[in-house]
Amino acid sequence: MPTSNVASSAATEPASRSLWSLGWQRLKRDRVGYVSLWVVVFFMVLGAAVWSGLLARGWDQEVGNPNTAPMWAAQEKLQHTGTSDGMEGATGPIIRLTPAEDPIADMLAAAEHNKSKYQTMEAPKTDALILGSDQRGRSVFEKVLQGTGTSMLVGIFGALLSVALGTVLGAFAGYFGGKTDDFLMWFYSVFTSVPDMLLLLAFAAVAGRGFTTLILVLSFTSWTGVFRLVRAEYMKQRSREYVQAADAIGASHLSRMFVHILPNISHLLLVQFSLLLVGLIKYEVILSFLGFGVGVKQVSWGSILGEVPTELMQGYWWQLLGVVIMMSTLVTAVSMLTDALRDALDPKVK
Amino acid sequence: MLGYIIRRLWQMIPTLFGVMLLVFVVFNWVGGDPSYILAGKRLSPDALAAIRAQLGLDQSLPAQFWLFVKQVAHLDFGLSWSLQQPVTRILAERIGPSLTLTGTLLVVELCAALPIAVLVAYYRAKLIDRVVTIVCTVAMSVSSLVYIIVGQYVLAYQADWFPVQGWYDDSLLHSWLVFVPLPLILGLAVSLAPDVRFYRSFVVEELQQDYVRTARAKGLSERVVLFKHVLRNALIPVVTTVASSLPFLVLGSMLLERFFGIPGMGNELLAAVDKSDFPIIKAITITIAVATMVFNLLADVLYKWIDPRVELK
Repeated sequence: MPTSNVASSAATEPASRSLWSLGWQRLKRDRVGYVSLWVVVFFMVLGAAVWSGLLARGWDQEVGNPNTAPMWAAQEKLQHTGTSDGMEGATGPIIRLTPAEDPIADMLAAAEHNKSKYQTMEAPKTDALILGSDQRGRSVFEKVLQGTGTSMLVGIFGALLSVALGTVLGAFAGYFGGKTDDFLMWFYSVFTSVPDMLLLLAFAAVAGRGFTTLILVLSFTSWTGVFRLVRAEYMKQRSREYVQAADAIGASHLSRMFVHILPNISHLLLVQFSLLLVGLIKYEVILSFLGFGVGVKQVSWGSILGEVPTELMQGYWWQLLGVVIMMSTLVTAVSMLTDALRDALDPKVK
Repeated sequence: MLGYIIRRLWQMIPTLFGVMLLVFVVFNWVGGDPSYILAGKRLSPDALAAIRAQLGLDQSLPAQFWLFVKQVAHLDFGLSWSLQQPVTRILAERIGPSLTLTGTLLVVELCAALPIAVLVAYYRAKLIDRVVTIVCTVAMSVSSLVYIIVGQYVLAYQADWFPVQGWYDDSLLHSWLVFVPLPLILGLAVSLAPDVRFYRSFVVEELQQDYVRTARAKGLSERVVLFKHVLRNALIPVVTTVASSLPFLVLGSMLLERFFGIPGMGNELLAAVDKSDFPIIKAITITIAVATMVFNLLADVLYKWIDPRVELK
């Protein structure tokens, strides 16, 4: 849609524009929201590239020397190599046992002799990594990218599942009312009377680790907000005229719920989705940090942050830097996008 | 009013039943058979059978559930699997340190966040409001973990202004003076930004009401309008939010407790999840759920008490 004729087209045909196209127009006019939209899209593409193996496939390869500083922080690197060879001052004549005194001299000689047989070819290690390397010599840049992929995967699918769960349950509760509503409200009150983090930890305690369990656990605890909202909307919408009209032409309950009413509240769901996206990414980071999130062979921002406290004391700050930059950018962009979406899609704001 | 409270208490029973069912399903059904873990290295059929009988695992699922309900009713959650001590006693010991930290945090946070919120709401859309909003957005984008990690490293390890971690088991006051300040500062750093934004929205909403315009029109000074009229109304949602957040105090600030070695409920919960110590997790979940329900009721009653316009259904 070209922006030049917004005013004229809105003036000539105001009735024919859908909520979504009007919302899109408003979002485009909101500069901050529009930029954040593209930042979020960029992160999603990044995430997709990481899952499909286009990017950061070799994150677990030990390509560099352990704990090398980023290549643009050369000063730091010099200091680091200077201190790591702290044993230099202690070079003196090494006093060895004579072969006669040494009880394992024969074995040592044999080991020395056989050493060449077991030698492994070692790839040359590099010092020039854009964000340095971790203690095993893995590239921090690739690790952080892989972590971004994990966060996007868990965040997006967790939020999708939560929204789906909350929507279906909320639709049934709000549309049918009565006994169904009572039962689902009971279900809801049970889940809300336990704080989120506690419920997450309780599920995590029995569920083990890995992406799938993480996504399931997060969505089982996070559907309640969507449920409340959707239920209230369905209670409001079910007696509207268009639903009665749908009833009159013989639409079934399910078709009225999900074909007729659902599109009318879909903009609310989009806002909920982006709210949940930020929330779940934050939860995932904390869970993985505590060791209840991704598996030991997977990496996420949280598990990287778990390595940071001990690294900081040794003066290795680059893993922290990488995670903070990526995570703050994403979280800020999604939060601003949420605000912009709310402004753009809420029909009451004209 | 009394009728309302009784009705609400009555409604808690099915919810509590649901929470117990949820906890039971999660730990006894999904969680599987713990007797292999408990039997340890000396695994013999006799030992396994004895442990199963002791935990009631040899009975049917409904019978096991009934056992659990009786446990909850007697407030006796059995022995911790890892420590072999009564769960109730462990939790009673952990509650003090948690409240020492989070109680202080709550008070300091309210005293810090409310004035800032009122100030920026009063100067809405002016420079100071925009600056604070941007600072809050940026501050909220950084994970709370990062604040704690960096804060502990810079303020305690590098600058040596505070102890890195620890707790005196014998004296809460002593611990409060020595070990609470740094977690307090970091807890404040984490929660100040979201709280300021949250409270600001209440004050902004009140400032747009008609009574504010009337008060100004009849010539009241801005100070009287702000503190006598607006603040008193804006405090209503603040009070109820705080009241319903009180159960979280009991749970403590889990991450802070973990980082600073404070022997509170949150730390105990994390240790229990780490060691798959189900009785402790179950006991904490049930306790917090009950506390949440009671404090939600309290919040509603409080709401009615400070704002007589509210009708309780």
